[in-house]
Amino acid sequence: MTLSDIRSRLDGLEGRTYWRSLEELADTAEFRDYVQREFPAQAGEFTDPAGRRQFLKLMGASLALAGVSACTRQPPEALVPYVRQPEELIPGRPLFFATAMPQGGVGMPLLAENHMGRPTKLEGNPEHPASLGATDVLSQASVLTLYDPDRSRTIASLGEIRTWSNFTAALQLAVGAQRTSGGAGLRILTEPISSPSLLDQIDTLKTNFPQAKWHQWDAVYGTVQGGAPGSLALYRFDRADVVVALDSDFLNSGGGSVRYSKDFSSRRRIGTPQQELNRLYAVEPVLSVTGANADHRLAMKAGEIHAFASGLAAAAGVPGTSGAASGEAGKWLRVLADDLKAHAGRSVVVAGDTQPAAVHALARAMNSALGNEGKTVHYTAPVIASPADGVASLADLVTEMNAGAVQLLLIVGTNPVFTAPADIDFRAALEKVPTRIHVGLYHDETAEHCHWHIPEAHYLESWGDVRAFDGTVSLIQPLIAPLYDGHSPIEVLAAINGTTGQSTMEIVKGYWTRAFGGQTKTTWTLRDASGGAYPNVDTFWRHALHDGFIASTSMLADGATIPAAPAAVAATSVPAVRGADAGQLEVVFRPDPYILDGRNANNGWLQELPKPLSKVTWDNVAYISPATASGMGIALSRAGNADQDLLEIEYQGRKARIPVWVMPGTADGVVVVHFGYGRKNAGRVGSGVGHDVFGLRSSATPWFGSGAKLTRTGEGYFVASTQNHFVMEGRHPVRVVDAEEYRADPKVVAEIGPERPADEESLYRRERGDHVTPTPFEYLSYRWGMAIDLNACTGCSACVIACVAENNIPVVGKTQVGRSREMHWLRVDTYFDGDPAAPSATYHQPVPCMQCEAAPCEPVCPVAATVHSDEGLNDMVYNRCVGTRYCSNNCPYKVRRFNFMLYADFTTPELMPQRNPDVTIRSRGVMEKCTYCVQRINSARIDSKTENRRVRDGEVQTACEQVCPADAIVFGDLNDPASRVVKLKEQQRNYGLLEDLGTRPRTTYLAKVRNPNKALA
Amino acid sequence: MKQSTETYVEPSQYPAGDFREPIAVIAPGHSYDSITGKLTGMVLTKHTPLAWFVVIGISFTLVMGLMMALTYLLAKGIGIWGNNIPVGWAFDIINFVWWIGIGHAGTLISAILLLFKQDWRTSINRFAEAMTLFAVACAAIFPIFHTGRPWLAAYWLFPYPNTMNLWPNFRSPLIWDVFAVSTYASVSAIFWFVGLIPDLATFRDRAEHPVLKRVYGMLALGWRGSAKHWYRYETAYLLLAGLSTPLVLSVHTVVSFDFAVAVLPGWHATIFPPYFVAGAIYAGFAMVLTLAIPLRALYGLHDFITMRHLENMAKVTLITGLVVVYGYGCEAFFGWYSGNEYERFMMKNRVYYGPYAWSYWALLLCNFIVPQMLWSKRLRRNLAVVFTVVMFVNVGMWLERFVIIVTSLHRDFLPSSWQMYYPTVWDFMTLFGTIGLFLTLMFVFVRILPMISIFEMRTLLPESRPHHPEGGSH
Repeated sequence: MTLSDIRSRLDGLEGRTYWRSLEELADTAEFRDYVQREFPAQAGEFTDPAGRRQFLKLMGASLALAGVSACTRQPPEALVPYVRQPEELIPGRPLFFATAMPQGGVGMPLLAENHMGRPTKLEGNPEHPASLGATDVLSQASVLTLYDPDRSRTIASLGEIRTWSNFTAALQLAVGAQRTSGGAGLRILTEPISSPSLLDQIDTLKTNFPQAKWHQWDAVYGTVQGGAPGSLALYRFDRADVVVALDSDFLNSGGGSVRYSKDFSSRRRIGTPQQELNRLYAVEPVLSVTGANADHRLAMKAGEIHAFASGLAAAAGVPGTSGAASGEAGKWLRVLADDLKAHAGRSVVVAGDTQPAAVHALARAMNSALGNEGKTVHYTAPVIASPADGVASLADLVTEMNAGAVQLLLIVGTNPVFTAPADIDFRAALEKVPTRIHVGLYHDETAEHCHWHIPEAHYLESWGDVRAFDGTVSLIQPLIAPLYDGHSPIEVLAAINGTTGQSTMEIVKGYWTRAFGGQTKTTWTLRDASGGAYPNVDTFWRHALHDGFIASTSMLADGATIPAAPAAVAATSVPAVRGADAGQLEVVFRPDPYILDGRNANNGWLQELPKPLSKVTWDNVAYISPATASGMGIALSRAGNADQDLLEIEYQGRKARIPVWVMPGTADGVVVVHFGYGRKNAGRVGSGVGHDVFGLRSSATPWFGSGAKLTRTGEGYFVASTQNHFVMEGRHPVRVVDAEEYRADPKVVAEIGPERPADEESLYRRERGDHVTPTPFEYLSYRWGMAIDLNACTGCSACVIACVAENNIPVVGKTQVGRSREMHWLRVDTYFDGDPAAPSATYHQPVPCMQCEAAPCEPVCPVAATVHSDEGLNDMVYNRCVGTRYCSNNCPYKVRRFNFMLYADFTTPELMPQRNPDVTIRSRGVMEKCTYCVQRINSARIDSKTENRRVRDGEVQTACEQVCPADAIVFGDLNDPASRVVKLKEQQRNYGLLEDLGTRPRTTYLAKVRNPNKALA
Repeated sequence: MKQSTETYVEPSQYPAGDFREPIAVIAPGHSYDSITGKLTGMVLTKHTPLAWFVVIGISFTLVMGLMMALTYLLAKGIGIWGNNIPVGWAFDIINFVWWIGIGHAGTLISAILLLFKQDWRTSINRFAEAMTLFAVACAAIFPIFHTGRPWLAAYWLFPYPNTMNLWPNFRSPLIWDVFAVSTYASVSAIFWFVGLIPDLATFRDRAEHPVLKRVYGMLALGWRGSAKHWYRYETAYLLLAGLSTPLVLSVHTVVSFDFAVAVLPGWHATIFPPYFVAGAIYAGFAMVLTLAIPLRALYGLHDFITMRHLENMAKVTLITGLVVVYGYGCEAFFGWYSGNEYERFMMKNRVYYGPYAWSYWALLLCNFIVPQMLWSKRLRRNLAVVFTVVMFVNVGMWLERFVIIVTSLHRDFLPSSWQMYYPTVWDFMTLFGTIGLFLTLMFVFVRILPMISIFEMRTLLPESRPHHPEGGSH
């Protein structure tokens, strides 16, 4: 602004003009601005007309509109209903069909749950004497094998895909060449077989080809050391007061284990303190499930058991036997003999399958001498046909193969290339056979070396029959058409026999039609459940299929005619263990409890199921005792999963490597090697997992032998275990009392464990009975609860895998288990008592969600994803869960499981039909846990509502309860005073785990009551 | 501008002469102009120290690592970390509590010391507040990303009306956390920003580049320094200080409830709220010192952050450290005196029995033994020693949370569920990534905003005082 500007302004004005400053006088925009502003030297003012109100209006409108556009258009999907609805098929409701699972030739009777044509879950057949409603681990997991995407899918010849007619044509050609020689070059190698229809086919084959030979090999079930026993022992543990197990795991292995667990536990599930318990003594080299349940257990080398049995027989008064022992074993001999004699006729001596025939003969002699035969044990002819010594049978076959005598070899089911004893080179011999045919579920090691491979139909997709451990015949009916072009062994043998154009069902039905008419080689008594004869064959067939078995064929049924057993082998006494052997390291072979000889290697459920007692997953390990381990400088304790020493075991000049596992209860100087791992082409799950130790197992000593050498390689190998602390730390999660103590003062159970403040000391108001609650809630409808009898639980882990199958629990793999992220909703904890090096007792404790009344997990969830239902369940709302894991941190039982990654398989189409449609599949980032099988509760509630009644006691069985062979788990309504669970909880053995925390668990435990013999104390 | 030398003599605690004369907070010889010039000149210059680039280079690399770790986390899930069952929380929550604790010093200095009229706070409050904000930003990463489904956790934890008719569970300490931390973050941010306004206006007026002028101008919200502005400003600032004061105590109290409310031995302790608050102030002052000592050297701020400031902070560190150690003693005593099986085992496991006992002894070394050096005036005035001590404290406070969280979780009630926890490379990348994020934000702040409050520093000059012969108005 210059003076001339002002002048020019002033020039244009008239009259008197007042001005404040020269600039006003100039009246420029700049000057107006200058006057307007308070501090002209600083920044300008905010004069934008779009003010705060305008801004808020716009923001509000845009937010509202953003909400409008947030809906997703769902893709169109066509639903095609049935044109003709199949009879009995109601969508959403499963159907159950009776069938049976063959395992080692022995059948496990089952009821298969079928959802819209897909089998999803297997339960025990409640009517069948071998099951009584319960099942075992292997049958629970077998449904996953059915859907295994890695099962072989096509008939193959030398790697080329072929059709069934290609195969039968080639077969006729090969068989035709054998006809002239009477089948001199024809050999069949199978697993142990009890199937009447299949045996009938083999008989026909033998008639057609008199020179043909049938061999059987099974690394687990068909292998004996020191001769086969000759007769089959069927035990009645429900009648036995004293049981002596000589290296026998009758509670957890073999086809009878389910029934034996039922019978055995019936003598442990005491209702009152006065009730008598049975007493179990176990003598064994390695802690087995049976040994863990024993009242007294003696760890002894497997090779010394023969001498011990002999000594026991002598002490028990069996003529012609002799033997004595000193020290601990000597004391045992005296005490056991006294106890056995005191319970003559009510005791039983059980010899293990891995012990030689002589030990079985001694056991039989003792049972005879004690008058147990016919009472607690029956000796019968074996149910497995031709129970040849599998090792000898395989050795014969290999000799003939090497001699070039075998022209055509049919291998059914078994995998000898992988499992054959180390000194029998089956693979080399196999290459000398001109035509080799393999029938199996997988294209395994043996299939790789055969010309033809025929996919075997899974038992859930084929017809057949099988006998249970007690001889009861079960019919196998398919639940689904073969998924992958599978053919049953019956069909293959019928093809060799020239029976074409008949389906497997027709063959099986044909056999039983002839059996009904008495035209078969074996004479069958076919009666209905009440003993009446069937009017005609159709009624018989329908009933047998419906029931799943033919009751009159059981040898255990009261009044059943038991086939005469072969004469016992002479019970001979053996010399004491040779001096040279005494100081040597003994190697004991055991099949992996779940993978067996490797046949289940591709089953993720079984791989991930913690092995009983060691809780190792995904690997085989060598057990050694703590004393042996300290001698070798191997660390005894683990704070968590870590590298284990990799051992090299040298035996009979052969070597194998395997990680070590220090296992309390193992006999000193024994290394227990589990075989079955180390498969090379098992499939996506099992290939390359674990260590192959078949190289150590020779035909002479398939189960145990002396003279092994152990060396530490200095390398480490990571082993994933789900439990690393087996000491109770004085916290008494498992409460244990002696029977006498309990009888004298039943209140003793309540006094064990941490002090629990008396109710009158609580700040909270009292509810009824002995419970206190901050927020009393009246459960008007149902109040679900569970009781677990620790005295019955054997620790077999069937409940864990049943839970996996029922609740679609994912498999996470070794790495994740190694990081302690296994997903099992239910776990079986194991604790050792006494000296850690030589524990005096072993306890098992299944731990599902406790469904606490005052659940610590509930208040801490920020989004209320875990809440209490009006029936007392601690519900988990997956959709609401954001995965803070606070609930798990605050759970004193650590039963909650978190999807740290996407564990559920959403992509493999083969696995989708296996899932239980009633249970949500959980995605990543979500917490999950035991629901008390709420889907089963809901289903029963719906049924009861339509019938306008309450849910009956026993109508809802949780998966773990249903599978339990020992009836240790009981679920029911706590509002029903007559329910079994209320009765159990009224017992003075009842206690809540960590109840001193005030969580008031719904799941409670019945204390373990041991029945020790004072003379051994 | 007169530059003081290192040889300048500290004023006596007991000034001779006029007792109304307060102790000088900054070095003598400064004028309004010299203060403003020095503090604005640090920012409004084209010259950036080489050390700045070095620090930003390293810390930004770590931020990239953090981004990678979080992206992979979102793609794969929590499983990439070492967390497991039973150790459901580990590095995630350790880092969260650690960062929240570090944030506490800022609010304490700016709010509580303001109300107590501790004028020495003026030199450090601005960057301590910034540190608070950045620490809370680092901490806020964890509550969201530690969840299994962060895309839902990001908003499901807030109470908003929704079609599911669901509210969060107000009984859960995690919900209290959400409120406590978000309140803390927003109040801290407002407090910090309000305090910045006059200085932003100074920058606006002094900046030469038109873009900078505009940006600072917008941030200054039209501040023109009128008496009315000052009146409102002082009122607002005092109110915010009053509002922040309870937050200093409440936030870490609520964070400690995450643990104290649980049933777990080692968590379930009534001592936790005061013990956590003391620990937070301890950690916060240690971090302020960790940043102040190098920044002071880097930017030559010896006149403003004098030895008196550093000594005072060292003293606060020492005292709060002793309170924390008292907390350790109480925990151990409670464990024993409770007579409870689990509590006693927890202490035994923590101190000598367990596989993580090393962490407890390392914690005592860092938080108890090493800070005792600060009793000595000679050592307290040796900046190399002070810096080393506070680095120990930084590590020690992290270990404290490790001991509380991992050691308590890995062995709780049932021996069958005991397991070990091992962190993975992703855990470390996330931890160091947040440290990188913190340093990046801090150094960017120092470069673009006044790290010391200019206008408040001016009030410390003798001429600002009403009784000063030259003062009484400005």
